[in-house]
Amino acid sequence: MKDRFVNRRYFITGLIIVAASVLVIKLFFIQVIDETYRISAENNAHRYVTQFPARGLIYDRNGKLLVYNQAAYDLMVIPGQTESFDTVHLSSLLGITVESFRERMKVARGFSKYTPSVFLKMLSSENYALLQEELYRYPGFFVQTRTLRKYVEPIASHVLGYVGEVDDKIIKSDQYYKSGDYIGVSGIEKSYETELRGEKGVTIYLVDVHNRIKGSYAEGKYDTVAVPGKDLYSTIDGDLQRYGEALMANKSGSIVAIEPSTGEILALVSAPNYDPSLLVGRIRSDNFTKLQADTLNPLFNRALMASYPPGSTFKMMTGMVGLQEGAINPSTRFSCSMGYHAGSLTIGCHSHSSPLDLANAISNSCNSYFCNTFRYTLESSKYSGAPEAYDYWRGYVTAFGFGSRLGVDLPGELNGNIPTHAYFDRYYGKDRWKALMIISMAIGQGEVGATPIQMANMTAAIANRGYFYTPHIIRSIGPGGTSAEPFRVRHDTGISQENIESVIKGMEMAVNGGAGGTAHIAALDSITICGKTGTAQNPHGKAHSVFVAFAPKENPRIAIAVYVENAGAGATIAAPVASLMIEKYLTGKVKRTDRESYIMNLEIRPDGQKH
Amino acid sequence: MDRNISIIRRLDWTVIFLWGLMMVLGWLNIYAAVYNEEHSSIIDFSQRYGKQMAWILLAVVLAVLILVTDNKLYYFFSWLFYGVFLFLLMMVLVIGKDINGARSWFDIGPFSIQPSEFAKFATGLALASFLASRHQQLNSFTNMIKAVLIFMIPAGLISLQPDMGSALTFCAFFLVLFREGMSLYVFLSAVLMIAIFLLSLLVGNIAVATGLAVLAIIALWILFNRSVAFVAAAVILLSTAISFVVGRYIFNLGPTPIIIMTVVLSGLVFLYFFFRKKMNSLMVVYAFLAGSIFYLFTVDYVFHNVLEEHQQTRINILIGLEKDPYGKGYNLNQSKISIGSGGVLGKGYLNGTQTKFKFVPEQSTDFIFCTVGEEWGFLGSLVVIGLFVWLMIRLIIMAERQRTLFVRAYGYAVASIIFLHFFINIGMTIGLVPVIGIPLPFFSYGGSSLWGFTLLLFIFLRLDASRSEYLG
Repeated sequence: MKDRFVNRRYFITGLIIVAASVLVIKLFFIQVIDETYRISAENNAHRYVTQFPARGLIYDRNGKLLVYNQAAYDLMVIPGQTESFDTVHLSSLLGITVESFRERMKVARGFSKYTPSVFLKMLSSENYALLQEELYRYPGFFVQTRTLRKYVEPIASHVLGYVGEVDDKIIKSDQYYKSGDYIGVSGIEKSYETELRGEKGVTIYLVDVHNRIKGSYAEGKYDTVAVPGKDLYSTIDGDLQRYGEALMANKSGSIVAIEPSTGEILALVSAPNYDPSLLVGRIRSDNFTKLQADTLNPLFNRALMASYPPGSTFKMMTGMVGLQEGAINPSTRFSCSMGYHAGSLTIGCHSHSSPLDLANAISNSCNSYFCNTFRYTLESSKYSGAPEAYDYWRGYVTAFGFGSRLGVDLPGELNGNIPTHAYFDRYYGKDRWKALMIISMAIGQGEVGATPIQMANMTAAIANRGYFYTPHIIRSIGPGGTSAEPFRVRHDTGISQENIESVIKGMEMAVNGGAGGTAHIAALDSITICGKTGTAQNPHGKAHSVFVAFAPKENPRIAIAVYVENAGAGATIAAPVASLMIEKYLTGKVKRTDRESYIMNLEIRPDGQKH
Repeated sequence: MDRNISIIRRLDWTVIFLWGLMMVLGWLNIYAAVYNEEHSSIIDFSQRYGKQMAWILLAVVLAVLILVTDNKLYYFFSWLFYGVFLFLLMMVLVIGKDINGARSWFDIGPFSIQPSEFAKFATGLALASFLASRHQQLNSFTNMIKAVLIFMIPAGLISLQPDMGSALTFCAFFLVLFREGMSLYVFLSAVLMIAIFLLSLLVGNIAVATGLAVLAIIALWILFNRSVAFVAAAVILLSTAISFVVGRYIFNLGPTPIIIMTVVLSGLVFLYFFFRKKMNSLMVVYAFLAGSIFYLFTVDYVFHNVLEEHQQTRINILIGLEKDPYGKGYNLNQSKISIGSGGVLGKGYLNGTQTKFKFVPEQSTDFIFCTVGEEWGFLGSLVVIGLFVWLMIRLIIMAERQRTLFVRAYGYAVASIIFLHFFINIGMTIGLVPVIGIPLPFFSYGGSSLWGFTLLLFIFLRLDASRSEYLG
């Protein structure tokens, strides 16, 4: 075999030798001649110190601060960088026992040898001061600053919510969170977590073998600055909220007040409540356990998470649908002989003059009137039968925000319940049900369930004469912003203004006169309040007192729903509470101090429960 | 029986010794890289050194299996191997496991296999087979193209995964073509093409175009004389000036059309010289320059308009333009610090602080040389480089003693692949070469890589053991 290119082997061999020589020469330079690498290696223990951003502050609607931050110090450890040290002395500096110290060290080592983990959370400032001076003796330990929540006054705990430490599930599902980080667990803290938390930064330090910081790595070229969380401007009126909580002291229930023209939540009270500062810092877990064990369930946000039968406050709904569907008109009268009677069915009513028109029926809260209205609506000749008519009826009701969660920017909202056509089909057989079978819905009993915020929203829609904006708790992220897009969409209910005026007339009469008005107790001299009492049946004990109202009648500025559990009829407790709230909000000062102190000092607890 | 005994006697035990030694040294360094006090047991299959031990034992089994096969198998079935691996490289794009955005791995039960590591031996065999059938007739353009396609097709498929590092190593086969008679000019052109592509991304089109023009003028100077170079330089400068003024201020053009205008304008002037003064060679240099610039803009266009963003990013990372996760140059800096801090004698086995605290990423795979440099120092590095040089030169000597072109070409393929991995891998850890993630043969952690190289090497050992028989 003749090979013309045989000499090229030398070229290739040469190439290999040249390439290897280049590597050797370069290695000779960096390993033997250049000393700088050896020096950098000694300084090369990097420490990544996370810069925690300050969590965003929360203000009330008048720009008054509700939540801010305080500094807290976590002692961190990198087990792989520790050296032998005086365990006893360090334990005493930290104010913990030696056993606890060893246990923590074991946990940290089990987590990772090379990445920092939290050794002791939230040192007191005294311990921190002591430790700081001696920290250089303990390689592998360092202090990381975090921020904790601090509250200006102990109000609005359910609105604000609280922050808690992330669990393993969150760490796995969201890369942002590392062990020991905090996250909003409830309230605004949860629903606006991404806005409030800001962005973590990192500073890379060079530390020598003695754990002393030698300066920042590469002049801070790779450091990132922490971006503070955005401040939130809430729709809550701090004064009204504080007042509402005072009125609800020693009672269970809730108050939701909404500005009808915007859907902004002015106050959202859930009683019993708790001091939000109980759930901050090292005391958090103890207090949380205590609050959780409380049978009155103070952690539970009744305003959003409790679904009650709305009782008579639902009669406006029945009336408005009846008017809109043409089943009745404002002057239609129905007689009432101590109740509604159809065959063997009787729904009782109280004693009042009869027959009544719509406005008087609302004012007197006549059960018979609305059972008749409901039946006429569902038996209208427009539809093939009650099941078809019910679909339309349900359409109106859900247009007011019933039956599914409103989409409030707070976590945990319940759907409430307006049964579906399919539900009754399952219960009675397909389309084999009639108006009389579900007649109790007419007066807000039976299957109907609504949360206090849904009732407040219905009231706001009535106050607006036919539309509402989804209730919300944040009006602006950062100063001078607007509320989120979903809260700027106007929801029309499909009930004409004229029909709503007819219902409002009844609500006005209920409070401000007319024979048999059920809510005279709520009347105010200076302002026309329109309201409606209700009694929510409670299978576990005494009925809940309910009242919905808005004021003033023209250009309403507040719509409110009040629930007081186990307080009996609506007029007794809920109506005065609502009236005082309206007075406080619209006039800024409550003149009826007797009634105010009576309500504030009243204690109502579920039967057989002591607190 | 006789045949087996003669194979054992004819086996090149030097290479086998080097192979074994490298695997052992590699394992020791992987142990050091992964080592921590909590997992100090040597056999711990939850740790990489435990797994690597298993890979090494399986590699020995694989080596023995290859040695007992018939040598003719590799010649007669070279195209079959090639076809199978092309198919697998296509399959991995479809059913491969997505790791870090690349589909390079087949998931087989608890194991992952990287077909690109095995495609190298198949490509080597196919290329050797092709060259043997053409008897070094690489001066024919078609043969040349076919030969290049043989290894560029698998390289292309691998780059689609995308695993640009592995794809790049297929360029090693150019060395085989060079040995077997590829024109020196073509060889240099290929090198130039790669250089132009990388440079255009690193320093930009205008700088590269200027550099090419300067190169052309220097070529004219060397090939002819000073006056020709001077005239050419004047023509280029003048046409650049005219194109710039006209293009920039009259037509408001960007840099690319201006450069094209320059090329056309100077081309017309050169055409005049070509016809009037009969300066043919001037035209050759000009054609070369124009061709290079055309190529430059083509790759630039393809890079920015045809490749997708993540592919661009990968190429940019490949040539060191993009930040790595820890910031620009973090890996390289850490790697240099750990090697540089090793000094002459090193910090001693298991005493490396940089590797111990895991400052260097990918320590047991692509950056295994850091552990060598830090713990064994300059002397250790010298030994490792020496072993590789010994192995590669031994392979070249073995290749040259073959009676058949097939085995010789395959031998060169083995040496070239190892050479490219060796140079790029060690070069990147000390900052000579951009960071390209490819393993150091026989040292780096990983079963696919170890078996791929073992297969590559032992097929050659098997063929060499039967070198007295005539093949192809």
